[in-house]
Amino acid sequence: MKEPFVETRELSYRYESADAAEPRVLRDLSVTIGKGEFVAVLGHNGSGKSTFAKLLNMILTPTGGKVFVMGKDITDENMTDEEVLALRKRMGMVFQNPDNQLVATIVEDDVAFGPENLGVPSKEIRRRVDEALSELGMSDYATHEPHRLSGGQKQRVAIAGILAMLPDCIIFDESTAMLDPVGRKEVMDAVVRLNREKGITVIMITHYMEEAALADRIIVLNDGRVLLDGSPEAVFEEEALLRSCGLAVPQCTELVHRLREAGIPLDGACVFPEQCAELIMKSLNKER
Amino acid sequence: MKSIAFGQYYPADSILHRLDPRIKVILTVLYIVCSFLCKNIISFALLLASALLLIAAGKIPLKVILRGLRPVLIILIFTAFLNIFWTKGETLLFGWRFIKIYAEGLYAAAFILVRIATLIIGTGMLLTYTTTPIALTDALEDLLSPLKKLHVPVHSFAMMMTIALRFIPTLTEETDKIMTAQKARGADFSEGSLVKRAKALIPILIPLVVSAFNRAEDLAIAMECRCYHGGEGRTRMTVRRLRFVDFIPLALVLLLGASLILLNILGFGYTMR
Repeated sequence: MKEPFVETRELSYRYESADAAEPRVLRDLSVTIGKGEFVAVLGHNGSGKSTFAKLLNMILTPTGGKVFVMGKDITDENMTDEEVLALRKRMGMVFQNPDNQLVATIVEDDVAFGPENLGVPSKEIRRRVDEALSELGMSDYATHEPHRLSGGQKQRVAIAGILAMLPDCIIFDESTAMLDPVGRKEVMDAVVRLNREKGITVIMITHYMEEAALADRIIVLNDGRVLLDGSPEAVFEEEALLRSCGLAVPQCTELVHRLREAGIPLDGACVFPEQCAELIMKSLNKER
Repeated sequence: MKSIAFGQYYPADSILHRLDPRIKVILTVLYIVCSFLCKNIISFALLLASALLLIAAGKIPLKVILRGLRPVLIILIFTAFLNIFWTKGETLLFGWRFIKIYAEGLYAAAFILVRIATLIIGTGMLLTYTTTPIALTDALEDLLSPLKKLHVPVHSFAMMMTIALRFIPTLTEETDKIMTAQKARGADFSEGSLVKRAKALIPILIPLVVSAFNRAEDLAIAMECRCYHGGEGRTRMTVRRLRFVDFIPLALVLLLGASLILLNILGFGYTMR
């Protein structure tokens, strides 16, 4: 296991307005996420996955348990404002609706918003903004107005805005849910690249199985508890368990499972369509 | 609807576009003062000349400017009309029963026309056509920053302005969507009495306001995540520095004002009260 980056210990959360009979959104959640890991958090609506994300950078305060980021207890009541800012700089967050997270009327001004808040010197902001935009392939749109961009482009601008703060970790809270397939692919490509090339820890809250398959590790939440935790191959093997809590597996995985049930011998795990094609080819060659 | 631009910013590369927005705000105020300093025919000629000079310097097509004047056309005609028929003077040009037109009336009408037109052209050329709304907001924040000492939340106001500007197109788009959705279910916004039409707007306004509140909450969280904590300790990517050339137009306008005052002292022909 890599050096731990985020660690939660018996984390629980209950919405204030909810009466005591209401079950907690999160119940004694203990997970450890390593530095540089790409973790997908899967779960049905109401499984607590979004709440989990918001607890990691103190947007919400847990009602029980602790969160450690780089060994520091961020649930400590004596956190100073500077420490909270430092935490949020470190743990960037990209949300679902691209329209509701862009602040400025010009793309580059928006990307500059984070570093400006952190009091970074002007020249350095300029450098970071240019770098972040080119990283996301949005340099050509630097002086455009955000409302003229497509959903995927807007979301890339939002990611650039986080990247310009130089975070260690980016949390994506269903950031692709409102995008069309093209936009989704643009964003996912960017996410994977940031993780692989820049070593940024990625925590991705999603309900798209195909996206979760790209992660190193999947954590499945159900009713505020960890249901499954493992590699995509291992998690998607548990098709029945996933189904019982309203989740499916990627179509290619399902196809392999069904073929197996039908008595066709397919060895190995499958989470991507390419793997599926390979398995079937192998089995066909064997038969011949 | 998507192309709706708040204000009337007209992108071009001109001296006025490049001028520091803070200077432009100051110039606009001075220009308005100048237009009210004008009292006689020579000063109004000067004012008109300065407006034409501004148009030339801003490289804005005349068509765009005339379009900008169109909404005030009725006011222009009405005030001119009032001035022609109601100004009493000494030189009677035309008299028929109760209608009496004096030369002074014609002067007054012409002066008022020039004044209103140059006011609109002047502020338009200096601000709305040549300055992006966001540059304007920044300029106002800078110019008003001395008020921070009096605990006026200048930064918060500027931030609110920026966000409002940012969300105008988004909310316009949303209004369009809601209207289409309501129309698809048989709503009619274009027929019936005024009251009926106003009532038809309610089902648009309610969802719009609700969604605006939801957006506001999302945005607030997103801003917190990006370390927003007010104006304190905040830096800016683009720092505007005043250059020498920025002061030239300021000197010119001051010169204009001085000559207008001089002309008032000297006095030429008909003088407006």
